Amino acid sequence: MGAKLNAAASGTANYVDERTGVGALVKYFSRKLFPDHWSFMLGEVALYSFVVLLLSGVFITAYFEPSMTIVEYDGPLETMQGVEMSKAFESTLHMSFEVPGGLLMRQIHHWAALMFTAAIVIHMARVFFTGAFRKPRELNWLVGFTLMILSLAGGFTGYSLPDDVLSGNGLRIIDGVIKSVPILGSYISFWLFGGEFPGEVLIPRLFTAHILLVPGLILALVAVHLFLVFLHKHTQYPGGGRTHKNVVGLPLFPVYTAKAGGFFFVVFGIIAILGALFTINPVWNYGPYDPSPVSAGTQPDWYILFVDGALRLMPGWLGPIPFEWHIFGITLPMNILIPAVIIPGLFFTTLALYPWIEAWATGDRGEKHVLDRPRNAPTRTGIGVALISFYMILAMEGSNDIIANLFHLSLNDLTWTFRIAIFVVPPTLFWVTKRIAMGLQRKDRELVLHGHETGRIVRHEHGEYIEVHEPLSDQELWLRVNYENIAPFDAPEEYNEAGVRRKGMRWQRFKARLSRFYFEDRVEPVTPAEYAEAQHHHGSHDDAAHESEHELAEAAKD
Amino acid sequence: MHALARKRYHKAAPLILVLTLLALLTGVGAVITSQSAEATTASSSDIEEGQKLFTSNCATCHGIDAQGQDGVAPSLVGVGAAAVDFQVGTGRMPMQASGAQAPAKEVVFTEEQIAQLAAYVASLGTGPSVPTAEQVDPELGDAAKGMELFRTNCAMCHGSVGGGGALTQGKFAPSLMETTPTHIFEAMLTGPQSMPVFNNANITEESKRDIIAYLVAQRDGSPGGLSFGSIGPVAEAFWAWIVGIGLLIASTIWIGARSS
Repeated sequence: MGAKLNAAASGTANYVDERTGVGALVKYFSRKLFPDHWSFMLGEVALYSFVVLLLSGVFITAYFEPSMTIVEYDGPLETMQGVEMSKAFESTLHMSFEVPGGLLMRQIHHWAALMFTAAIVIHMARVFFTGAFRKPRELNWLVGFTLMILSLAGGFTGYSLPDDVLSGNGLRIIDGVIKSVPILGSYISFWLFGGEFPGEVLIPRLFTAHILLVPGLILALVAVHLFLVFLHKHTQYPGGGRTHKNVVGLPLFPVYTAKAGGFFFVVFGIIAILGALFTINPVWNYGPYDPSPVSAGTQPDWYILFVDGALRLMPGWLGPIPFEWHIFGITLPMNILIPAVIIPGLFFTTLALYPWIEAWATGDRGEKHVLDRPRNAPTRTGIGVALISFYMILAMEGSNDIIANLFHLSLNDLTWTFRIAIFVVPPTLFWVTKRIAMGLQRKDRELVLHGHETGRIVRHEHGEYIEVHEPLSDQELWLRVNYENIAPFDAPEEYNEAGVRRKGMRWQRFKARLSRFYFEDRVEPVTPAEYAEAQHHHGSHDDAAHESEHELAEAAKD
Repeated sequence: MHALARKRYHKAAPLILVLTLLALLTGVGAVITSQSAEATTASSSDIEEGQKLFTSNCATCHGIDAQGQDGVAPSLVGVGAAAVDFQVGTGRMPMQASGAQAPAKEVVFTEEQIAQLAAYVASLGTGPSVPTAEQVDPELGDAAKGMELFRTNCAMCHGSVGGGGALTQGKFAPSLMETTPTHIFEAMLTGPQSMPVFNNANITEESKRDIIAYLVAQRDGSPGGLSFGSIGPVAEAFWAWIVGIGLLIASTIWIGARSS
């Protein structure tokens, strides 16, 4: 049986290979080495969630009708009997309550969407904190960033499709944000909605974007993303023998193909459990879209929550100063533009450009294939934590009514707390994180120079007590001393030897300032000289300890 | 659906029969005076007992004559038996501590005492009375109409299905998931605390019953599984991050762990 199967398999493989020559490619890929670490699988989580999205999406597309035609509901749901609604909403109810497995599929799809965006963010955080975006991977960071934006677009277009009150209110806010853009806003809004909001063309348009445009782009970019991973080879965590010029790991086949294949089912299983047990987006609660009602607890899905939060955070007036300006007959609603356009714009631009910002600061042109331990890049780690806290505060402000209700707090006080926190918390956390990272670096230095404490206390013959320290193993040493010591650089002299003024001095000075910001405070790794010195010093200690131990043992014998 | 509906009406038939009989027994008088059964049957001894209870439990704030005190408590003249039944029957009164809002808590008085208090307050001036069982019977309401009325008039504070929500300065619209139909009706009629009054000209008695039907229909549980209190996407986000991402990261660590 086994032999037969093998013969059949190799026969088929040979047939295909003789006609396509794909064998060489398979060989190349299956021998490709990958380093092993759990955090390298976070991107896989995103990818598999996307596959779950595609699978469940195909199912629900079969039952969803993207039409804004008004119909009267006549189905099993008592609370909707005879209610007027769009065909889109009606088909969503039909799918949920009359198609076997329909509700499960809808819930799996929605949970998968939340997991997809969340996994992307976690994956992005891993890449950020370990410095995996450095040369040569800057472009792939940008591809990943675009995928993140596309996942938001995919999520938002899908969230709006059932044409319920909740998502309709979300669209209304987006419409308001678009209209806040001076001069162009109202034109864009009318073009998007085919007239005044909500119009009658939006659902079909969102549908096209959601099932064709966005997933198509995501698929294409995922291909580019993965191709670049293959091209650059995977990064690896620091450790003995790992350098910027090699990859230490296991081949794709059979270990990773088995692990990855199995992992897909784990991800699918977890999402399916969520879909089976927990209600998500119960549109039957919200009812069909009608522009008039807005219910308490109206929030977007988590990934857009920060924009909602920024809007809630922004005061309309700051004392006597209004945030809505009229200049030359143009209204500038800064109270919407700042939180919903400028802040997300700056936030995302910073994220997208981060690899280049850091490269300006380091001035380093070399390829980096070994990851940083977050502690060995204290400024970067601090920036990352500050950005996350900034985002979190906005998301919490976006949930302010829920928090107020849950913890019996005043909504107004919460908003003021967050208004202050948004300025105070990120810089504070930046500083605290940077200091913690440097503290950990100092601890590493300490450990390298003095070795592990053994808890063994020895008394010398002259009465001195010492604790015996054991030197670190080579692996432990490598991890702790083998990071780059980047010193800040100064801007070049403004005038060269011939007294000619250098061009681009402003840019040079900016880079030098940036470099100082990043690397002025730093803990330098232990140098070989320092290590040798410490060893010598310690060696004598330990020898003495051994000697005295020996003597003690002798003494005990007598 | 129709089969289901027939079955449901069938089940409810005995109840309707009893209610009809009750209505007949209490007589046409109750309908004409638009006073509820309780109010009409309130005897002078009930009022007297109610006054005693009032003096010893409520007068500190509302005043010995129930005229209220400025900045402390409102006058109760003309608030009617419905207001008393709601405030005392849900435990909101007597108030435990001053704060943004009096929360529902354990009920202090027995049903009889509440009726006596209500009779006393009702005797001070004409006001809305406690609704009859028929007026608040969710079986007689139209849940779909109730849905439209609820989301136009109530959902902005109480949430899309009555899960509750926050108001300004620590005030809140409570969850309606466990409120009795009578108390829901009375709340609409009397507008307790931050809630506006929805009198019968605003939302008719039948419509109030529709809203009750809609709210009661939410109590069978969500068809989608656990509902996290029906408070919307924030709860979902929380679960996605804590449970979903938590499980996924745990599984990456599990798979990423070396077998040796």
